[in-house]
Amino acid sequence: MTTEDYTTESNNTLRNNGPEIDPNDPNKSIESAWDRHRFDIKMVNPANKRKYKIIVVGTGLAGASAAATLGELGYNVLNFCFQDSPRRAHSIAAQGGINAAKNYQNDGDSVYRLFYDTVKGGDFRSRESNVYRLAQVSVNIIDQAVAQGVPFGREYGGLLANRSFGGALVSRTFYAKGQTGQQLLLGAYQAHSRMVDAGKIVMKTRTEMLDLVLIDGEAKGIIVRNLVTGEIESYAADCVVLATGGYSNVFFLSTNAMGCNVTSTWRASRRGALFANPCYTQIHPTCIPQAGDYQSKLTLMSESLRNDGRVWVPKTKELAEQVRSGAIKPRDIKEEDRDYYLERIYPTFGNLVPRDVASRAAKRMCDDGKGVAQTERGYGVFLDFKDAIERDGEDAVRSRYGNLFEMYERITDDNPYETPMRIYPAPHYTMGGLWVDYNLMSNVPGLFVIGEANFSDHGANRLGASALMQGLADGYFILPYTIGHYLAQVPKAGFSDVKRPEFTKTKEEAIERLEKLLNVNGTKSCDVFHRDLGYLMLDKVGMGRDKEGLEFMLKRVREIREDFWENVSVPGTADGLNPSLEKANRVADFLEFAEVMVYDALTRSESCGGHFREESQTEEGEAKRDDEQFCHVAAWEYRGPGQEPIRHTEELTFDYVKPSQRSYK
Amino acid sequence: MSGTLNFTLKVWRQNGTKDSGYFEEYEAKDISEHMSFLEMMDIVNEKLEAENKEPIVFEHDCREGICGSCGFMINGQPHGHKSRTTTCQLHMREFKYMDGGTIVLEPFSAKPFKVLKDLMIDRSAFDRVIQSGGYVSIRTGSAPDAHSIAVEKDSADKAFDAATCIGCGACVASCPNASAMLFTGAKVTHLGLIPQGQTERYSRVQEMVNQMDSEDFGHCSNFGECTLACPKGISLDVISQMNKDLLVSQFKG
Repeated sequence: MTTEDYTTESNNTLRNNGPEIDPNDPNKSIESAWDRHRFDIKMVNPANKRKYKIIVVGTGLAGASAAATLGELGYNVLNFCFQDSPRRAHSIAAQGGINAAKNYQNDGDSVYRLFYDTVKGGDFRSRESNVYRLAQVSVNIIDQAVAQGVPFGREYGGLLANRSFGGALVSRTFYAKGQTGQQLLLGAYQAHSRMVDAGKIVMKTRTEMLDLVLIDGEAKGIIVRNLVTGEIESYAADCVVLATGGYSNVFFLSTNAMGCNVTSTWRASRRGALFANPCYTQIHPTCIPQAGDYQSKLTLMSESLRNDGRVWVPKTKELAEQVRSGAIKPRDIKEEDRDYYLERIYPTFGNLVPRDVASRAAKRMCDDGKGVAQTERGYGVFLDFKDAIERDGEDAVRSRYGNLFEMYERITDDNPYETPMRIYPAPHYTMGGLWVDYNLMSNVPGLFVIGEANFSDHGANRLGASALMQGLADGYFILPYTIGHYLAQVPKAGFSDVKRPEFTKTKEEAIERLEKLLNVNGTKSCDVFHRDLGYLMLDKVGMGRDKEGLEFMLKRVREIREDFWENVSVPGTADGLNPSLEKANRVADFLEFAEVMVYDALTRSESCGGHFREESQTEEGEAKRDDEQFCHVAAWEYRGPGQEPIRHTEELTFDYVKPSQRSYK
Repeated sequence: MSGTLNFTLKVWRQNGTKDSGYFEEYEAKDISEHMSFLEMMDIVNEKLEAENKEPIVFEHDCREGICGSCGFMINGQPHGHKSRTTTCQLHMREFKYMDGGTIVLEPFSAKPFKVLKDLMIDRSAFDRVIQSGGYVSIRTGSAPDAHSIAVEKDSADKAFDAATCIGCGACVASCPNASAMLFTGAKVTHLGLIPQGQTERYSRVQEMVNQMDSEDFGHCSNFGECTLACPKGISLDVISQMNKDLLVSQFKG
């Protein structure tokens, strides 16, 4: 296999190596595609699996589940994370839940309905075959997690409970209070720990990937920095799996952990992996509004709160002003003076419209001067539990959301049982990521990308409770099979070796770059640049984007980058623990990556899902797609700093769910 | 809206495990009461970085109180004086009473937790305790339908409460014996209370306790400091549950 299998020079069209799908042929239908594919792909003999070494970078839901499962199958896994323990990956912070088409509630759910909701929720910008497979394996994930001992919420009869999430009319979300991500990750971590104990996973914590090593165009190893000793190390393997999460921290403030970064995927992109749909980012509607400039991150309040909370703003600007100044208390505003705008505009889905729709509606209310946050700009809306408490009682509400209410009170000093929460959208998840085919392999042979780090399943908008589903689907049930198709074709196991010149050269380049960062000797902290970039990105490449703003950003991002390389101050040395150097290395990559994001947003002049171009909206202000021109994936090829990247496309066909203007009315 | 606060931070600085370490003082001025403790640290560090001085190293990541990365001693208490709160979720409004005073920051101190730098410690012993047996041996793909086993809600809820441990190490740091019984007991209890964990229940407790002992964690002498320091409020019941299971396991051979 070579890169040419994927791209043709003439028209930059990408070909996905997925199964053929013919909606009219039951033998080639989407329902049987994954089964057929699993039969068609090559396999590695069980006794030969122990000859292969696989590098997995990241230990979140996707990385930990993949490493554990690959270890169980007999492969030798080398696993890396930058945290001090694999259990701390940011999947742990996911709150609300995980979707699965179990239909335990007998409310009409099915694999097909989950597939349909996900394709529609993604605004018809995802691959039907991938999404169908995701919906199929969703049911296995729940079985697996329960068998591991994941303590999902249960009913008094002892069976599993479900709740609803945005964009769906059924209750298919499994949850463990507001800590679903934590419990699922600990389940995967425990499976992973079992394989560490069995000697099938060698775990390297506090180790950050700096670069990808290619041999004859194929991914055969990585260069890492040991964050404790500062040593730059090389690791060779038969293939490389990236499970390194998303890039929301390009916005500086986001709901991501402080350490979340784009470095692994961006470094791979610099080595030839295509970055797909970088402009598809999700701004989550229910987060605690920013309080001040000192703020380091934004805190999510689970979407599950929209099951019982009602979103509103005062009907008039004058009342909103009085709320902001503290002259009037939210609970004192009369029912007739409140605008429950989601229920008013979208009567069918009400407070449970998809995230992109809810976020834009909140922004529009605040742009109209009806924001209620007690901050400089006043951007925030109410999420009110008064009616739920009156209906079900305080104890019932506490049992569902107790820990979220506690967290809210700890941060804001307001008690949500007594006064409505104030919320506002914040960057949360990135649907874009490295381009992968149906086997989850990028255009670089031997480089697999799973979880949030790839672009595959959510199109232009992700529905709630689908990230955990996708991460675990990729790691437990998809990659472990498809990786064999590549390995079976590798000439011989153990071919990759750190003594090869490719490793020496890539390592030298990595060292050079760190030295360059340390030698700038400027006077500005790295955070200054990150904050500057992030605020601008949120303003111009956030919830609303237009041509003028994007063109401005193309110039501005370059200026900030140049300023960074002239004026950043990175104290300390490279030979030891140095968080300033780690941070600077990540921010340098955000400063390059942001440019591709802007190019992607600028070229895609339609609106779709979370990508909202002001120029392309319906009369009612909803995202207006342009299927004629943009019914495709855009995957960007890096060509060097300051050079315009090449845009490749993969056409999307919809044989089952016919694209329409999304309606949640 | 509200006033600002001023503090002197007396911080433990230690350049690596072998260094002997020392206290150094820093000024934190005009701190908003709505800031989190770590946001105050960010401000101090940003200033140090701009002066090309090495910032204070402390561990942190999610800043939502769930990843378990953060934590150091604040005025002698792990995660500070506010109960059921991680360091990252601690806000400066809780320190209004000591405006103008000195806050002392030290790393969690316990024999198995070596200081790596300043306030950052090595907690990998916790991972090894889990690796020794803190799991259910179920291979991917071999699980029965999730509804094939009903779990009584009461034990499901108790298992959940034990499973909320974030592995921060505050329990060990608060214990005069540096015992890890609360941490280990939480996992033993979580898996021991549900049907899925029964097959390995008694071998698990033995293996985990053996590993815990070989990591040099001390024994429990019922001070109960751990449960008070625990940001997730894990109850002492998990320790009695573990002792009970350990006793039963002796008879099972």
